[in-house]
Amino acid sequence: MVATTSPSRRTFLTASLAAGGGLLVGFQVLPKPARAAAAASTAFSPNAFVRIGADGKVTVVLPKTEMGQGVYTAIPMMLAEELEVDLATVTIEIPPGEPGRFGKLGQETGGSTSVRETWEPVRNAGAAARMMLIAAAAQKWGVAVESCSAQAGQVVHGTSGRKAAYGTLVAAAALLPVPAKPQLKDAATYRLIGKPTRRLDASAKVNGSAVYGIDVKMPGLKIATLAASPVPGGKLRAVNEAAALAVPGVRQVVRLPDAVAVVADHTWAAKQGLAAADPQWDDGANANLNQAGIVAELLAASQREGAEAGKQGDVETAMRGAARKVEAVYEQPYLAHATMEPTNCTVHVRADSCEVWLGSQVPDTAKGAAAKAAGLPPEKVTIHNFLMGGGFGRRLEVDMVERAIAIGKSVNGPVKVIWSREEDIQHDLFRPYYVDRIAAGLDPAGQPVAWTHRIAGSSIMARLYPKYYKGVDADAVESAVTTPYRLPNNLVQFVRQESPVTTSWWRGVGPLRSVFVVESFIDELAAAAKADPVAYRLGLAQDDRAKAVLSLAAEKAGWAQPPKPGRSRGVSLLHAWDTYMAQVMEIEIDPDGLPVVRRVTVALDCGQVINPDGVRAQVEGGVIFGISGALHGEITFANGRVEQSNFHDYRVLRMSEAPQIETHIIQSTAAPGGMGEPPTAGAGPALANAVFAATGVRVRKLPIAKALKVKA
Amino acid sequence: MAYRIHVNGVARSVEAPADMPVLWVLRDLMDLTGTKFGCGVAQCGACTVLLDGEPIRSCVTPIGSVGAGKITTIEAIDKNPVGAKVQAAWLDIDVVQCGYCQSGQVLAATALLTANKHPTDADIDEAMSGNICRCGTYPRIRAAIHKAAGS
Ligand code: FES
Ligand code: FES
Repeated sequence: MVATTSPSRRTFLTASLAAGGGLLVGFQVLPKPARAAAAASTAFSPNAFVRIGADGKVTVVLPKTEMGQGVYTAIPMMLAEELEVDLATVTIEIPPGEPGRFGKLGQETGGSTSVRETWEPVRNAGAAARMMLIAAAAQKWGVAVESCSAQAGQVVHGTSGRKAAYGTLVAAAALLPVPAKPQLKDAATYRLIGKPTRRLDASAKVNGSAVYGIDVKMPGLKIATLAASPVPGGKLRAVNEAAALAVPGVRQVVRLPDAVAVVADHTWAAKQGLAAADPQWDDGANANLNQAGIVAELLAASQREGAEAGKQGDVETAMRGAARKVEAVYEQPYLAHATMEPTNCTVHVRADSCEVWLGSQVPDTAKGAAAKAAGLPPEKVTIHNFLMGGGFGRRLEVDMVERAIAIGKSVNGPVKVIWSREEDIQHDLFRPYYVDRIAAGLDPAGQPVAWTHRIAGSSIMARLYPKYYKGVDADAVESAVTTPYRLPNNLVQFVRQESPVTTSWWRGVGPLRSVFVVESFIDELAAAAKADPVAYRLGLAQDDRAKAVLSLAAEKAGWAQPPKPGRSRGVSLLHAWDTYMAQVMEIEIDPDGLPVVRRVTVALDCGQVINPDGVRAQVEGGVIFGISGALHGEITFANGRVEQSNFHDYRVLRMSEAPQIETHIIQSTAAPGGMGEPPTAGAGPALANAVFAATGVRVRKLPIAKALKVKA
Repeated sequence: MAYRIHVNGVARSVEAPADMPVLWVLRDLMDLTGTKFGCGVAQCGACTVLLDGEPIRSCVTPIGSVGAGKITTIEAIDKNPVGAKVQAAWLDIDVVQCGYCQSGQVLAATALLTANKHPTDADIDEAMSGNICRCGTYPRIRAAIHKAAGS
């Protein structure tokens, strides 16, 4: 039955006629005045997930952003499932960035939340629309709602077999009350959810027609490229403006306190102009910032007592009573994101308004940032969002928006600001450098009876959300405070130690670091106990889903049999982002001493799967991303400057180094877990553990290639 | 300088400095944005196009060096029978993730399969290792090349 929403509910649906005479349905959580405004509107309202035209055309408005992870397919699948339309007939729209556009659901796309956060609201939006269309048909035919059903974009009357296409029902449906509690489909009747489905963005991405932020075009567009102070906090001292302007095609040189941009008719002129401008810098207070100094401070910080992040039992007594103690210090370096699409942002700043074009993981946040940078009220700013050539956390930041607007304020007309790869890497916001100090007390059987883990590093949370920061970076300690294991008597602490280097989210976020440490250290404990690494973990794992993925990965990898000659294996287990995952990595050591991963066997339980093929793709890509980071990834500072600049010295995996990857998915109807990050977080420790098995070297300081002294 | 260059089967006139890389000529002067900028220094392969059938890094190929050579970009690779096969295999295996590197991958794979109808894994490593995919679609690229070779 269709019931009306109670006005007192904070969660409600709105229906309205779209401008083109279509039905618009969306879930929103808005304050009352906003709700009244939305309900009163009969024009196209952006606060919605779906739009159905009088021509029957279904448009899904994407609440999360596509950076390769597959939401462009998974979210329409969920909606089409409940709406009972053919996925192939759905059009997908990337909406502008706008806080509140999707009610309580933010557009922010990170932390492996895309499916987890949209699972309920998107299915509800589809189900509500379906119920209203059915009700409209029932009313038109004068039959009971219960006698009608929906399939393939039409409503069908059971006994008479009468049919009505959705398009013919939208006007009537829009006048009906919105179901307060949409009836979701029984999982047993799913046509789409859980079935391998091809990506909806694939064609455009193999024929060159996909449009990324860097591809935007418009009349009068100028191109700018920039150089920012190579030292954090440094200032622009001098620029050879005349030389820059002498380059044909260069139009303008824009000086900022800490950067210079050259604006030109095309990228090449901008690049040549910037070289001619030969900017000179005042390095300022950080001129002597060096890697050794940064690391020394972090190591010292790791010796201090930290803020308590988690505590269980009586650690001191248990540690004193332990038969033996195992201790280790792990270090993980700064990492750049190196998205394939270099950082870029296009802006048109006018006196009274501003438009921004870019691919952003946070288009809603970008709006506020752009408004502030332009000195305009947010309603005067439009954020056009695009497909992203990779995000990995880099596009969770809005520094490129602020920078482009600072430049665009001096430019008459639209300007596309493109970071060179060198600027992109050297002015990235890096994954923090972390030092983890960890210890375990073992009983005579080698089982942990006490556990201490102290994490020292910069706090991203404190930088971005200072109001909520209370001494513990909740992200950094994730997967350290809760591990898959039974660890009686444990204490986890966080010590904040900042440096002039700005740090940010990187695919895998806090658990990336935690899982590397915990899974390496559990391997150390297994070795100390002379136990098999899989058996040791199985003995300590405390929940059945964790044990199941570990057993499955071990079985599929043939863990019980020795590997082929020349090969060695390592394992990792994690529970994070509501997903359980085990990886078995099989490696060879090449003649230069470099570990080469040959085969990765992954078993996972991520709850309800939307698109199994999408899950597999995330496993493959995430594992390779994780191997790149653990094996080669490192950003270092010397004389205040980042030492790496491009893919020759910031290495990422290439085809010849890519392993064979098998994914085994455990069927589950639990709520969906995240899949963008677990594969990356599990890869590093599985690799390091395989390196230990192969060489006897325990890598406690990443990257692995450097720890093993492999020639670059 | 005024150049008359052959792009995707059409002779086009363009005004550009002789040292301007083909990448920027395509993207900024001809609006062919399917060809991507990734590194600018022949490290990543995102900018790969075909010049007389050979894969080149357009970011380091000056327009002045192209002469009467025929350039093929992703926008017209479907007109090449091998290219069309590669694209079909890419869709069949569902290779892409963010997609940003894929124009370059498709062109490099087309060049490989034109020169070598049945590449081994080692041939694929050799031909494709200049094309970085930050999303890690390598296993699927490999599978798709084998698939295209078999079709
Ligand atoms: S942009 Fe040409 S090889 Fe990277
Ligand atoms: S698909 Fe994203 S870089 Fe290759």
